[in-house]
Amino acid sequence: MRHHNAAISKGIDWSLIWIYLALVLIGLAAIIAATYQEGDAFFQSLLAFKTDYSKQFYFLLIAFIVGFFILLTDSKFYPATANFWYVVGIVLLLLVFPFHSRIKGTESIIRIGAFNFQPAEFCKLFVALALAKYLSRPETNFNLPRAQLIAALVVLVPAAMAILQSETGLALVYFSFFMVMYREGLPAVIPALAISFALLIIASILIPPNLLALLLTVAVLLLIWFSRRQIRRRRQILTTLLFLWVIAVGIQRFAVPFIFEKLLQRHQVERIYNLFGKDNPYDPMQRVLSETEAKKKKESGSSYNVRQSKIAIGSGGFFGKGLLSATQTRYDFVPEQRTDFIFCTVGEGFGFAGSMLLLGLYLALLLKMISIAERQRSVFSRVYAYGVFSVFFFHVVVNVAMTIGLAPVIGIPLPFISYGGTSLLTFTMLLFVLIRVDADRQMVLR
Amino acid sequence: MAAYNQSRSNSIRLVVIISFLVIVLQLVYLQLVDRRYKQLAMDNAVYAKVIYPERGIIYDRKGRAILNNTIIYDLLVTPAEVKGIDTLDFCRLMNIDTADFKRRIIEAIVKNTRVRPSVFKPMLTQELQARFEENSWKFPGFNLVERPLRIYPFNAAAHILGYVREADKRDIERSDNFYRQGDYIGKTGLEAFYEPVLMGQRGVQYMIKDNKNRIVGTYENGAYDTSAIAGRSLHTYIDIELQQLAEKLMSNKVGGIVAIDPRTGGILSMVSGPNYNPNDLSGSEGSKNFSRMQLDVSGPMLNRAIAGKYEPGSTYKPLGALIALNEKVISPSYGYPCGGRYTLCGHGKPECTHAGGGHAANVRLAIANSCNAYFAHIYRLTVDNPKYKNVYDGYLHWKQYMNAFGLGVRLGVDLPSESAGGIADTVVYNKENAGRWTSCTNLTLGIGQDKMQATPLQMANAMCIIANKGYYYTPHFVERIEDEQVYDTAYKNRYKIRHNVLTYIPAAAFNDVIEGMNDVVKVGTARGAQIEGIEVCAKTGTAENYTVLDGRRIKLPDNSMFVCFAPKENPKIAIAVFVQNAGFGATWAAPIARMMMEKYLNDSLSVRSKADSARIEAANLMPAYFKRLQYREDSIRAFKWFQTTRDSAYIDRYTRVGSAVTPLPVTPRSPRPIPTTKEKPAAMAVLSARSAIVKKEMLP
Repeated sequence: MRHHNAAISKGIDWSLIWIYLALVLIGLAAIIAATYQEGDAFFQSLLAFKTDYSKQFYFLLIAFIVGFFILLTDSKFYPATANFWYVVGIVLLLLVFPFHSRIKGTESIIRIGAFNFQPAEFCKLFVALALAKYLSRPETNFNLPRAQLIAALVVLVPAAMAILQSETGLALVYFSFFMVMYREGLPAVIPALAISFALLIIASILIPPNLLALLLTVAVLLLIWFSRRQIRRRRQILTTLLFLWVIAVGIQRFAVPFIFEKLLQRHQVERIYNLFGKDNPYDPMQRVLSETEAKKKKESGSSYNVRQSKIAIGSGGFFGKGLLSATQTRYDFVPEQRTDFIFCTVGEGFGFAGSMLLLGLYLALLLKMISIAERQRSVFSRVYAYGVFSVFFFHVVVNVAMTIGLAPVIGIPLPFISYGGTSLLTFTMLLFVLIRVDADRQMVLR
Repeated sequence: MAAYNQSRSNSIRLVVIISFLVIVLQLVYLQLVDRRYKQLAMDNAVYAKVIYPERGIIYDRKGRAILNNTIIYDLLVTPAEVKGIDTLDFCRLMNIDTADFKRRIIEAIVKNTRVRPSVFKPMLTQELQARFEENSWKFPGFNLVERPLRIYPFNAAAHILGYVREADKRDIERSDNFYRQGDYIGKTGLEAFYEPVLMGQRGVQYMIKDNKNRIVGTYENGAYDTSAIAGRSLHTYIDIELQQLAEKLMSNKVGGIVAIDPRTGGILSMVSGPNYNPNDLSGSEGSKNFSRMQLDVSGPMLNRAIAGKYEPGSTYKPLGALIALNEKVISPSYGYPCGGRYTLCGHGKPECTHAGGGHAANVRLAIANSCNAYFAHIYRLTVDNPKYKNVYDGYLHWKQYMNAFGLGVRLGVDLPSESAGGIADTVVYNKENAGRWTSCTNLTLGIGQDKMQATPLQMANAMCIIANKGYYYTPHFVERIEDEQVYDTAYKNRYKIRHNVLTYIPAAAFNDVIEGMNDVVKVGTARGAQIEGIEVCAKTGTAENYTVLDGRRIKLPDNSMFVCFAPKENPKIAIAVFVQNAGFGATWAAPIARMMMEKYLNDSLSVRSKADSARIEAANLMPAYFKRLQYREDSIRAFKWFQTTRDSAYIDRYTRVGSAVTPLPVTPRSPRPIPTTKEKPAAMAVLSARSAIVKKEMLP
């Protein structure tokens, strides 16, 4: 793509490419910092495909080539084949069930030779395309619940499969597509309800169940009191409020325990509770452990990652310790630091300034994506652009938030920075397809 | 198209910006506000490695190193790196079997995990170390690390120099956590007393470690490191050759010897018997030897020269004479018509070895002949002095003299755990005698018995006072500290003070006593202590003693004692020799002192002394009852072990018929039952079986 071929460079938004290049190079540097061993012959091992940074280097070259080829393609190719790719994605996801190999507790990886291949990761691209395709169909009226339901299914089927492959983190990514649907006219009440539901869950983690029930009752009673005039005019409001009360208390009383006890795995529940500084009350072991033991367990247990990660980032200070002098990340105190916790390397090595630079790049990227989406003539391009935006937004915010203890630890990578070929390729493809269709923004793609 | 939802893009932008804002705020808190994380990261990743300085060296008076440092090697293993080695070959090399090998590897893993090195075999012998070094290439994962070790090149002066061991919990607490687990600390002797001088100053090297606590490099290139400062050396008054001679003479004997230079208070030699080789406590067998010696009833680790309390017996008499002369209760020509016993208290005691008339015709003669009656009498004269209100008052004055002579008080030698000996207060006599007692009650104080106890150090110091005619310097070992600092005066100043405790006693009185002591050697009880060309002043002593064993009071052979100084004019050495349960003072203690004086003053032994030294060195005067005592202690310990652990490994030796062939020196009428708890019938059965066997053995 460095070749300034007049034909392919026409209409290309170079700012995205520059941000992309800046991010992947920062990513490579961070991986070098996290895995470089003292005394390695740097260039030799960079080319040798033995160390992680060397692998990442080759992945990067592949990603460049793939990105370049995507820029060479015709934009019409994507709406034309979107459904086909979606089917391919679902088939790959299904193939995982018989052919997966067990790596680190996940059941979502197919091993081909030396490469691990994670269909659930790739599927993000296919879902973005398929959702764009479906919503851009002239016959689709997204104001109809039926269309909304089908769009939701397009998104939720791969998510469900990811959950079945014990990749809750990746599954959650698919929920970010609801942002796209919101933009495309999904009634605002649905996200509002989702947020209320999330708040109710958080509240039931933080507040003892009986007290919470009492508070909810008081809140509803207050609402009834303040809206007593309206209620006099319309009885329906009272019914709605009472219905809301029943739902809220029901969720708090029955749905939350059900989710934590039956739906989620124990370590996930523990991570959520640890995020709020609480012990997991649904852990049967918890009742047996004494207070100090529980505390010890907490220190060393699943919150260890977050604790070490916070230490690493916090110790970076304003300017950081320098890339190779970062003690925490250089010496493996933070687990998974080249993949999900790569932000620590940046936070410790380059401090607040470095973190701000990285976050600034991401913010620029995300805002740029929104403005690109809004300048599209065709619905397909806009929906796809919002799809790409949603995936990036979710990855960036949740990944960074979990390393600094603001979100529960779900294993999702930081786009372009984390180690891993599949994720690098997926994000590159997501971005470059966006760049490609954006280059033809004056066209109407169907 | 469909731009009717375009406003929603703004809410999405808002969500993006708010999310980022939250993240930025948390980063501000973590990286800029909360300073805790910096410290936590330091704790996590920086390891302060303590660099131990070399301990100071101790030199004798001629500058010979008598306590030095050497390096010994520990064999470390990093289990994760042990791959593909020939275990059998390794075991053969290290003299262990494969089971032992496995056990040690597992121990290492349990202790320090697989990836960190832990000690596989501490303190290799030189031979093992050499063998390993030759073959080390075959055994990855194993490596040697240096460990400094104290060595005693002359194999002597164990009790003086003391030893270092790992600091225990109490040391750490007492030092306010200055010492840490694994640090070495001087435990006894000069090592303990001069610990702050000898240990030097620890350095710290900051190292970076990884998540498994492995060291991966230096921190900030050593910018914060401090280097260790080596301990400073001590130059002592000890004459190591004299020390070696004295130790040789004391071998297989119980007691103590102290030799002091009266001019400085410098201790030339100090021996406690039984003795041990100080090198036994450092090095690979150190712990084993340590526990063995701790269980030895003869107490080889006890420094009897400063902590052994003996009735001084007749060696007290020169002091008694000086007190009486100074109190003017007698004149130098005062005589006592001793007819072989002292009759004035009505019980005819003490008896006197001499009966001939005129053997106590004056002070000088009385000292030379060591007349018991004479000294008992002048003691009575001293305490019954009409100058004082009553005997209690008189006794207290006498006691003041004793304390001035350094008896019954701690002298303040530069060794830990010095005993004060014992001079009883009137309170004790009041209590024992319901407040009514006379000079006859404690009459034998006059001949250095009754409630009078002194350490060999105190008696040697008393000789210094006589030799100096009234003053002394506190006995001490260290002449100077290398590179002396201001704060060292805390150690040194008190040894520079001349204590003029008894200079008010007229020189004439001293001269009379000194002449008497000279006569002791020339014509009196210790003619065996004569040295050609040197005027020796001395006093022998022989004290009866008893012990209680198996519930019976048994009489032991007398303690043999000898105190002296020489030459008579300008004395250069004062010696006190105490040999427990040996016999007459003149037989054992006197020749030992003579040889030491010869060695020190002439730098060589006479022909006669060489023969004597062989005889004395060969003599085994260890009290026979120790064997019985050891048997008792060991069997009780074995029984307690059995009681608590039900492990009969030790008790078997004592319960098996005919297995305990310990020659028993005394025949107790009834073996005393060992205190036991009653709730354990099985244990009682073993016990009664044991007693029965003991009984059988008792009967010839």
